[in-house]
Amino acid sequence: MRFYEALDVPPRLALDPEDLKQRFYGKSRLWHPDRFARASPEEQQKALEMTSVLNDAFRTLKDPVQRAEYFLGERGLGPTKHAPAELLEEVFEMNMALEELREGDQSARPQLEAARNRFEQLLAEIDHGLYDMSIRFDEAQDESLLHAIRSGLDRRRYVSNLIRDVDKELNVHLPN
Amino acid sequence: MSTFQIDFGTEKPESKIVGIDLGTTNSLVAVMDLTGPRILSGIVPSVVSVSESGEVIAGAEAREMLLTHPDRTVYSVKRLMGRGTSDIQDELKLFPFHLASGSGSVLQLQLGDQVMTPPEVSAHILRKLKQDAEAVLGTSVTQAVITVPAYFNDAQRQATKDAGRIAGLEVLRLVNEPTAAALAYGLDKRKEGLVAVYDFGGGTFDVSILRLHDGIFEVLATNGDTHLGGDDIDNLLLRIALEDIQSEWGEDISVKNDAVQILRRAVITAKETLSFVPSTAIVFEHGGKRYERAMSVDVFNRLIGPIVERTLGPCRACIKDAAVNVEDINEVVMVGGSTRIPLVRAEVEKLFRSRPHTELNPDEVVALGAAVQAGILAGDVQDQLLLDVTPLSLGIETMGGLVAKIIHRNSTIPASATEQFTTAVDGQRNVLIHVLQGERELVKDCRSLARFDLKDLPPMPAGLARIEVKFLIDANGILNVTARDVRTGAEHSVEVKPSYGLTDEQVEAMILESFDKAQEDFKERQLREARVEADAIMAATKKARLNDAFTMLDEAERKLIDRAVGELLVVYHGQDHLLIRAKIDQLNAATHSLAEQMMNTAVRGALKGTKI
Repeated sequence: MRFYEALDVPPRLALDPEDLKQRFYGKSRLWHPDRFARASPEEQQKALEMTSVLNDAFRTLKDPVQRAEYFLGERGLGPTKHAPAELLEEVFEMNMALEELREGDQSARPQLEAARNRFEQLLAEIDHGLYDMSIRFDEAQDESLLHAIRSGLDRRRYVSNLIRDVDKELNVHLPN
Repeated sequence: MSTFQIDFGTEKPESKIVGIDLGTTNSLVAVMDLTGPRILSGIVPSVVSVSESGEVIAGAEAREMLLTHPDRTVYSVKRLMGRGTSDIQDELKLFPFHLASGSGSVLQLQLGDQVMTPPEVSAHILRKLKQDAEAVLGTSVTQAVITVPAYFNDAQRQATKDAGRIAGLEVLRLVNEPTAAALAYGLDKRKEGLVAVYDFGGGTFDVSILRLHDGIFEVLATNGDTHLGGDDIDNLLLRIALEDIQSEWGEDISVKNDAVQILRRAVITAKETLSFVPSTAIVFEHGGKRYERAMSVDVFNRLIGPIVERTLGPCRACIKDAAVNVEDINEVVMVGGSTRIPLVRAEVEKLFRSRPHTELNPDEVVALGAAVQAGILAGDVQDQLLLDVTPLSLGIETMGGLVAKIIHRNSTIPASATEQFTTAVDGQRNVLIHVLQGERELVKDCRSLARFDLKDLPPMPAGLARIEVKFLIDANGILNVTARDVRTGAEHSVEVKPSYGLTDEQVEAMILESFDKAQEDFKERQLREARVEADAIMAATKKARLNDAFTMLDEAERKLIDRAVGELLVVYHGQDHLLIRAKIDQLNAATHSLAEQMMNTAVRGALKGTKI
């Protein structure tokens, strides 16, 4: 858990963003290459490496989703490519509507916009669930929760890709 | 004349790190003092010219040469930094750049009978700034912080660093211009909160959003356009005036370089005037004919509207990338000469919903910030720290001409990414990695940065080699690549082929060449200093002849002094500063007892007048 060590925070899934930021600033003051402009080449190289790890760590850990992905990845629980079964029917219908829109049928637009909003709502629910599970895992260290979090992350990735695709098509095929 | 010097300390002061704003139109040098940053010399126009005798001139003098010798003078060279012949075709239509014949992957400009790359031209501007700074500081200047547009890509940054090296400056840091402005601005007030910097200069546009907290300046996002600036407004007005003149006079003067430059000066004057008065006129005389076109602010605003509009897209994108609400941005700082235009201020105010700050001189604020950064690097400024970002995503070419992003834009720098590479066929001896910068998905839509060649792999079955490549963007925003053989752990050599710009060997050759010139400069300065000293001692000797002590010297001593003065005069106009120094020493020695006599007389005189 190199990123947690770089910022000197305990390896937990839920972190206080303000505390994380303060630690990041504090470590930056210590290690930024600007502080070593007149140091030896070896010290400069060390500062460069420390700071690049620190920056990578803060960028990853400050975002709850990236943080969870990193945390699970470090425990060998990388992302899977399974599409969430319960969404398949809805995604199928949406793809039909997307096809109509691509062919110039603007009447498909309201249906797509509605689908988009549902997915947005779903995303918020997933995030909420992930947050709850993260807190519970930090307390109980229950491994089964990690698998639940992994499938939550998989769903999240799938849904946000859907939203991105719909947005793209809605913006490309604008009504004249 | 011997003088009794007081030594104020045996240690020489450490040479200062200067901050340089290397602008498209103008450049400036500043330094950090105990009281704060201070501009060291006047504005140096970013213009370089080669005189008929082959002498290279930079600055205000060169700007005058633009009117008399446009064919051997270059301006706005910053637009060409780090670019290839193929991607400056638009630029060539608008700017009178004279490309040297045979200009290959590295652009070469023809100035009179000399050929120079853009970094070499910039180096002449830097050398002028260096000399100005040395003249004011009285010490040599060898280290600098140079500012670049935040949206500069790797090649443009590298070219700027090369220019510094060619000019004899160790570039300790490249700082993004809007960030430098924020540093200068936030210094005295210890501000907190969100600040946007809108930097609309001569040739480039940048916008950055920063979070200020307890001396930390954290850039959250940056955006911009490296080919958008006041130049574009000048070119627009120039085109209109040329068309007018064509229809009024029935004459196409666009082919006459000198006339075009005079007309360009006239439209710039009109543009600048319109920032202060509601109407003016573009006035131009040529070949006994006169052209005059009245212009009101309303007409001007309508003309430049589309150009100003082009700055707003990057602003919106920047707000989005910073993930902040526009209402939460506390202040907007205005930088660059083009922000004097009232329409620009009005549009910025509308977009950011807060009154833009214009109290600092928009021409000076970047150089002042560069000086603050120099102070940080020197350790003189302890409580401030800049955390900047990379403006463009970094990616590598994958199958099918696609780009896989490995470091995303707006990542805090230094930033790194590690990738593993292997071979595709049995016995493959090298792996070529193509690195690109940009946001698009296809290789052809991104900017090629360099090709890295992992050579001399041991022959092995396909897929067995494991080379770990580390991509690191340093605090200057410049990419460094290192490779390691995973099986052996040994460093693996990487050969870099930059897509644009100079190779290390080319820069080295230019440094050597400029070193000869710097030696000449140095010799010139030493000569000047020796003459100044000679003047001083001769004046002192002349004055001493009127002193009572002089009459007390014997004939031989007087003769010795006369001879020493005579010999000094003989070498005075020569080119050998060492000889002048030798003769100064000789005169010093000859006047030694005279100086002692005078001291004694003075002390006796002083004692006589003192009541004990």
